[in-house]
Amino acid sequence: MVPEPPTSRIHARITSEPLDPAAALASARTDADGALLLFVGAVRNHADGRAVTGMRYDAYVDMAQEVLLGIAGEAAEELGSPRVWVEHRIGRLAIGEASVVIVSASPHRQESFDAVRYVIEEIKKRLPVWKKEEYVDGEEGWVAGRTPPGTGAAEVATGEQQAAEQGRGA
Amino acid sequence: MSLTVRTLFFASYRDLAGTPELPVELEEGARVQDLVQALRERGGGFSQLPEAPAVAVNRTYAPLSRPLAQDDEVAFIPPVAGG
Repeated sequence: MVPEPPTSRIHARITSEPLDPAAALASARTDADGALLLFVGAVRNHADGRAVTGMRYDAYVDMAQEVLLGIAGEAAEELGSPRVWVEHRIGRLAIGEASVVIVSASPHRQESFDAVRYVIEEIKKRLPVWKKEEYVDGEEGWVAGRTPPGTGAAEVATGEQQAAEQGRGA
Repeated sequence: MSLTVRTLFFASYRDLAGTPELPVELEEGARVQDLVQALRERGGGFSQLPEAPAVAVNRTYAPLSRPLAQDDEVAFIPPVAGG
């Protein structure tokens, strides 16, 4: 007899606590899942040829929590991955620390690949989070971001600006 | 008649505004674009806010034409850089 399939499980959280990718993987999976996909976004030690010593993440926490939950829900419903787990860290992070962890668990691999890719791309587009790089010379600067869709700014953003915003970040 | 909204500033916009939060009084019927204009006219760092910034009203992205109501929470959202 085939076991009853587990129900859909969505988890999304903005947190100032360190992220644990292995624990996330264990928490997201069920015995019905044959494909477990893990994405970890980490703080790297360089940006545009400059040495980076750390990163400070800021968020509109109440809204970011809602947006992140919405993104995870879309990945589950529209891309068919029943288990989607995502957390985004805020505060000061050292080089190599995880800033975002995404897990998708599904019976087969296609849904998990699609869901993880969707979640990270949508985070880049519309999660109200910002980051300030700290450079080796003591200077710091906000990382250039992307204009979220559905706003007046999106209406006037030029194609050139949007092209320049591609390819930045994790 | 007037209405008061709670404005929030984040990241580079907070640097410009010099404050995370500010109550702003507007005329009844005001829209997001009227709030943006009123803030830019305050001068100082506020005048460097974009004419058409991304804004969220009550934690949802909204167009500049969105009408405002008493006690709305209006957040000025610089280009986002999560991940």
